[in-house]
Amino acid sequence: MTAGTTRGPDIGSLLPTYLLRLGDDALILSQRMSQWYARAPRLEDDIALLNMALDYLGHARALLTMAGEREGRGRDEDSLAFLRPESDFVNAQLMELPNGDFGRTIARLTAVAIWHLALYEGLAQSADEALSAFAQKAVIECRYHAEYANLWLQRLAGGTSESARRMQAGIDYVWPFAGELFCADDTVAGLAEAGVVPDPAGLERRWLSAVTPLLRGHGLSCPAVSAGPAPGRSGRHLESFTPLIAEMQHLHRAHPGATW
Amino acid sequence: MSDQERAPAREPLWEVFIRSRRGLSHVHVGSVRAADGELALLSARDLYTRRAEGVSLWVVRSSDIHASDPDDKDMLFEPSLSKPYRHAGYYAIPEGLGHL
Repeated sequence: MTAGTTRGPDIGSLLPTYLLRLGDDALILSQRMSQWYARAPRLEDDIALLNMALDYLGHARALLTMAGEREGRGRDEDSLAFLRPESDFVNAQLMELPNGDFGRTIARLTAVAIWHLALYEGLAQSADEALSAFAQKAVIECRYHAEYANLWLQRLAGGTSESARRMQAGIDYVWPFAGELFCADDTVAGLAEAGVVPDPAGLERRWLSAVTPLLRGHGLSCPAVSAGPAPGRSGRHLESFTPLIAEMQHLHRAHPGATW
Repeated sequence: MSDQERAPAREPLWEVFIRSRRGLSHVHVGSVRAADGELALLSARDLYTRRAEGVSLWVVRSSDIHASDPDDKDMLFEPSLSKPYRHAGYYAIPEGLGHL
């Protein structure tokens, strides 16, 4: 931007980046949660976790499709999901964390579901109609995710000494990664100024005011979290990201152009 | 140690009833195992409403359901079948009476 101009943020170039972040969040989380398939502690929870993974897959499809369209480089949801290299994925690292035990899974789900409720309720007011419509639908599914996480948070924290220990350990492990969600770089700031996305500081406050009493109410301690570095948003991921991406992409890459 | 001694207590069984969008009453669709009612509702939602079957869910502990004994079928239900004089339609309305 040259000095002296009064032109506002260039939404056209910022929005695809933002949509890609949300789309990658949903895609990677879906892929990671799917790893519970046939491994969950109970049949009912196997189906519940996979149902939620499918919800996230639906969000990913919508968001990546929108990102590809706005970007205008001819990339669709499949090419974005299956043909990008690891360093081009801009999901938050919170989403790629290995599932761990059921306690850690519920801890991550709690952080993510409450984040999505705040984010999507904010996006439902977006100046961008398509994004607003998407968020209004997605937030309904996220309410169920938050409810599921809440019920298990309560039962694990208030169950046996082992379940409480594992639940707290899950929170302690996952919480430091939540700071990345509140990253307020130029992309987010520009879009917030234009009324396309909610103000990140407001989202951070909403998230904190929701999770703190929630955890404490269940007898858990709540680690301090604040907006921090955002490595995932710059394409830097954990070691466990490599096998996740390989498993997700290899079939598509092995048979380019194949259809079922 | 035998398997019987090591087996953990099973979670209670709950019967699931769903009222569909166009229905007037809840219909029995199956059962779930869950530790309590709230989890039973979530499980029932995940297991029995994958294809948009319903708008309302009930779960009832199976142990709270009192069911009639199939062997008592005759005793309980046969009398109403063989005594038509119990039904209003059995009777002819005398002329001039109009509607009853």
